[in-house]
Amino acid sequence: MSKIFLENMELPFCKGCGHSLIANNIDLALQKNNYSLLDVIIVTDIGCHGIVDKCFRTHTFHGLHGRSVALASGVSAGLSNPEKKIIALIGDGGATIGMQHIIDAAHNNFDMTVIVHNNMLYGMTGGQPSEFTPPGFNTTINDQSPKHKVYDVCQIASSAGASFVSRVIASNDFSDLLATAFSRKGFSLVEVMEICPSYGVKANPGMKLKNVVADAGLELKTFTDNNSESFETVYKKDTASLIDNQKEIQAVYKSSITRPVKMVISGSAGEGVQTSAELFARAAIASGLNVTKKGNYPVTVGVGFSSSDIIISPDEIFYTGTSDVDVIIVTSQEGLDYSSSSIKNLKGGTIICDSSLSLPETSSKIIKHDFRNKISGKGASLYSLFYYVNYSKIFPIEALIESFKGEKYSSKIDISKLLEF
Amino acid sequence: MEQEKKIIFTDNSRITVEALVQSGADIFIGYPITPANLLYSYASVRFPVFMAAPDEITTLQWMSGFSAVGKIPVTATSFPGFALMIESINMAYMMELPMIIILVQRLGPATGTATTGAQGDLALLNGMISGGMTLPVFNFYNSFDYWALTAKAVEFSVMHRTPVVILTSKEEMMTKLSLDVARLKNISKIERNYYEKSETYVPYRAEKNLVPPFLPLGNKMHQVRITSSTHNQRGIIQNSTAEALNNSKRLHYKNVRNIADFSFYDFDDEPGSTTLLVSYGVTALAAKEAVINLRASGEKVSLLIAQTLLPVPQIYYDICSRYSKIVIAEENLTGQYRQILFGGGSRTGISGVNDFGSMINPNSIIKEVLRHV
Repeated sequence: MSKIFLENMELPFCKGCGHSLIANNIDLALQKNNYSLLDVIIVTDIGCHGIVDKCFRTHTFHGLHGRSVALASGVSAGLSNPEKKIIALIGDGGATIGMQHIIDAAHNNFDMTVIVHNNMLYGMTGGQPSEFTPPGFNTTINDQSPKHKVYDVCQIASSAGASFVSRVIASNDFSDLLATAFSRKGFSLVEVMEICPSYGVKANPGMKLKNVVADAGLELKTFTDNNSESFETVYKKDTASLIDNQKEIQAVYKSSITRPVKMVISGSAGEGVQTSAELFARAAIASGLNVTKKGNYPVTVGVGFSSSDIIISPDEIFYTGTSDVDVIIVTSQEGLDYSSSSIKNLKGGTIICDSSLSLPETSSKIIKHDFRNKISGKGASLYSLFYYVNYSKIFPIEALIESFKGEKYSSKIDISKLLEF
Repeated sequence: MEQEKKIIFTDNSRITVEALVQSGADIFIGYPITPANLLYSYASVRFPVFMAAPDEITTLQWMSGFSAVGKIPVTATSFPGFALMIESINMAYMMELPMIIILVQRLGPATGTATTGAQGDLALLNGMISGGMTLPVFNFYNSFDYWALTAKAVEFSVMHRTPVVILTSKEEMMTKLSLDVARLKNISKIERNYYEKSETYVPYRAEKNLVPPFLPLGNKMHQVRITSSTHNQRGIIQNSTAEALNNSKRLHYKNVRNIADFSFYDFDDEPGSTTLLVSYGVTALAAKEAVINLRASGEKVSLLIAQTLLPVPQIYYDICSRYSKIVIAEENLTGQYRQILFGGGSRTGISGVNDFGSMINPNSIIKEVLRHV
């Protein structure tokens, strides 16, 4: 057969290199499957094989070392079109670097074929060993000759969920095998065994490739052939606007504050600090105020302290830091431990805390209330905010009651208890 | 008549994701990392396609694949993940693939503190394209700009075939705030123009604006060659031929030349002032408050908030040249934007307000503005 997918030019590889055999067989296999030129995308890696792009008349895509399979995965998922043939070429060096991508592409069953050019060393950089170099196979870095078994990419890809996996020794015609791989839905991989004529042959005079492969325990066979359904990219249509679906808060109440109030509420994880702070924030907005709110908690969100910084202001809020707060509310010992330095640094201002807590020395006004005993630890944060609004009159408590009623959990809490001051 | 308000309690992650989708970005690929998690979470329900990648390098590779077939991919990350993406971003830059990378800054070095904000990654962005080419970087500072200018960042990326970084920080992306969404103006979905001529497509032959027309891989009209190695106009790998080197240099000049129309900044010029305060991102909010307080006490000061950070728009230098004292406020140890604008070492009239591990507050800025030099 004459060349169709390859340009009518000499291939750029060393004499006797298996890469030429692979390029020619790709052409033959594509012809056997009747692909059109522009339905084929060849994605190449770094390494000698990667200079083959210019010889192909298909689309070509040439990226980084070890990443061609991931790059081809993106093309495959992007096109999501069974009429397109995506072929990722990679060497054993690239497959060493990017094994994760091969596992991942097989696992997702992306519709593509990977051809591993395994000549058992890094050829382009001077013949160094890869994880595919078998024990006893000399490279140019002899004292690094491997003592362990090679990566068996066929076993790995099969285990990961590939549709078709096969290993073959490079020869004049293995196009039927490639054609089969190309025809399978989903992820197919063919590992082609070669010896690099420039480094492999010279470092291992007289060694037969067949024997190297056998000694390495690499079987020449088809490992998997199940033609399973390939990955399909699903485009969700008309997903809902993230803004339109947000509840509008109407400013039906009025606040009398004339300057920003900065506050911190600190308690324990699981005691509703963040949800209470949100509820408070919504009430402030319903009172015509501008609001910012931040949450602070350890990375293990279920234990330890939980704290929230809130600013409410009749004017636009720019700086959202709370280094100079007006009010600190503390509802548990963990909250106190977290905010003790803020309490010590507080100049003026007010501290509202649970009666059970011993505060560090402070010149600020202290208000103690039995939040935890009166309503439980879980309700202490919410109760403390009701208490604060009632005490400070920063906005009408009706705004907070209304905000509370809008919460799903409101039916589980007796509101009259929140209003006992 | 005053427009009717619609106040919601929201955050800029939500605003940014919605703006991205409305402007035409259609693919979100990512992996979870604090403090980019809200972006990831919103994207998972809003983007037409959402894919959870197994790691950071895969994220950028998949994005590049999607971009090469004509999609507009987005990811969101923070320094630890971004660091692993750098080679792939260089690849996409060389390939001329549009995409948006949102870098939510947190406290470094290394994994640092995931839940503390910072502005410590700008110097990295300034030098991360090997060869010294410029990568477009935007950092907005209020919800309305996160809305409108995110769409402009997408437009710049697509029109000029380049990855674009939207730089931001934990405080900007995770703070909840009251917002009048009735003030958000309509965003139009970007219209992409592909190469339509019957003559052979030369993938890296640029037009007058230094941008080559785009055609997706897999199209049935023309062969497309895309490569990250040094290449000629046809996308054929070349060593150091003049044509290939000129092609690489063009990547820089196309961004520098085309940034003028995408130079976003707020310049609040107070007549008679000799001091200019410069800031960006989260610290711009403290700067704005500092200026309000300074003016309330009778001080004269002007304010430049940079939103297009890189390439540095010429107008910033023109503005700076009018002042004898320039104070640059940013939340990193050494003054990264100050050094980008004015170089290292000390220079009369130029100073910084810097902090590490906590937000810069307006009082620190006021103190430096009032300090006599």
